[in-house]
Amino acid sequence: MTATVAVAADPLQSGAAEQAEAIHIENLHKRFGALEVLKGVSMTAKDGDVVAMIGGSGSGKSTFLRCINFLENPTSGVIRINGEDVKMVGDGHGGQVPANRRQIERIRSRLGMVFQNFNLWQHMTLIQNVIEVPVHVLGMKRDEAMAIGEQLLERVGLSAKRDVYPAYMSGGQQQRGAIARALAIQPRVMLFDEPTSALDPELVGEVLKVIADLAKEGRTMLLVTHEMKFAREVASHVMYLHNGIVEEEGPPEELFGSPKSERLKQFIRTVS
Amino acid sequence: MADASIIPAGITGMFDLLSPVAPGWGANLLRGLVRSLQIALGAFGMGLMIGTLGAYGKLYGGPIVRDLAAIYTTLVRAIPELVMILLLYYAGTDLINRILEGMGYQRVDISGLVAGIVVLGFVQGAYATEVLRGAIKAIPQGEIEAARAYGMSPVLMMRRITLPAMLPHALPGLANLWLISTKDTALLAVVGFSELTLETRQAAGATKAYMTFYLAAGALYLFVTLFSNVILEWVEKRARRGMPSVREAH
Repeated sequence: MTATVAVAADPLQSGAAEQAEAIHIENLHKRFGALEVLKGVSMTAKDGDVVAMIGGSGSGKSTFLRCINFLENPTSGVIRINGEDVKMVGDGHGGQVPANRRQIERIRSRLGMVFQNFNLWQHMTLIQNVIEVPVHVLGMKRDEAMAIGEQLLERVGLSAKRDVYPAYMSGGQQQRGAIARALAIQPRVMLFDEPTSALDPELVGEVLKVIADLAKEGRTMLLVTHEMKFAREVASHVMYLHNGIVEEEGPPEELFGSPKSERLKQFIRTVS
Repeated sequence: MADASIIPAGITGMFDLLSPVAPGWGANLLRGLVRSLQIALGAFGMGLMIGTLGAYGKLYGGPIVRDLAAIYTTLVRAIPELVMILLLYYAGTDLINRILEGMGYQRVDISGLVAGIVVLGFVQGAYATEVLRGAIKAIPQGEIEAARAYGMSPVLMMRRITLPAMLPHALPGLANLWLISTKDTALLAVVGFSELTLETRQAAGATKAYMTFYLAAGALYLFVTLFSNVILEWVEKRARRGMPSVREAH
């Protein structure tokens, strides 16, 4: 009870009602052959929300994130991004594909994705990675992109690595660089797909700090993570996925403080 | 001694024969070399284009495109190149002329240069398809996925990500293909195209100085290879600039 009261008083939550919807997803299903990975997941993220998705491996949380920018095509369900419904057509094999490639490309260019394995382009220096999408996809002038890129590198503490190739950087540096690349497109929403899972333990902190700073300044973020403590600190809303459905969701204090479902209790016990 | 005077005389004779001015045959050889290089460059370039299309077709194409690409690479790599050249050169030009006549046009003389480039380029394309397919498969898939996730169109992704990222993996194979291309031009001698080998044979036949001319031709081919190596090494170094050297991994 006390948790509910505390949430209602939370300025972030009460202010959220006036915010516009950045992402709205309804009844999302995803099937790989006979295996149904997502069995009807819904969620809404308003501007400024930080939604954390937790769950065991195979729970479908990464697949869900990847459906949002269509790295995976959802089998069915409604996806609305920036107030724009994504049109889908049947692919002739019981699934569906986006009807309009350009719509998908436009939506993708406003979603800043950060991957588990960084996925920086190895044949470009760090600054080239950061300005690539602004210049070649969004059509920004090179000088302008450079100026923004340099500011972003300073923010993530990598100004000194400006002209270094990714292969010569540590995992933590690469991931901070990847965050700068995502920020460079001035995204409506940042998508984090287990951003610290591939890092050595001593490098996790530097990446989490950058993400926490972004949350603090009110960036809209979707975060798939194994870092429970971190999710509890930065998220405004937490979703616990199990076997492709949302088993439980709510504000972090409530979800972690007084979990209702037996599975979530067990999950919190095993990971903490 | 007699021997002492014969050898210098032989060498002077060699230089006379190889001289680029009138009584010498040097100019013919150099002209042949230029033609060989033109064909090699043209065929290699055409092979790269066919190879890029073939590799994309095999990797991303629908079932029909994949089958066509498989038939192409299998047939071309199965048939000896000499047979391929005779087949495409004679049968190919004949076929084009029959079609032209059938459509009511005049027969055309297809230039040896163009025919040579097309024939060798067609052969090179099959090998380049496999080299480039392997190189594209060697790109970490995450980099391709990142390009998709940031809204790159297929053409932009190919130009900015896929081609530059696969280049370091493709270069050793492509370097082989280039060197093979320079030497395969010699096969065009059988269809009467005056490239380096045919020019050499004519010069040697006319002067009976077989050793001199074939050695000279060999030296020219060797020079092309050595020069190519310098360029290829530079290109590979540049393409691999983002990658730590293999030695550092030990």
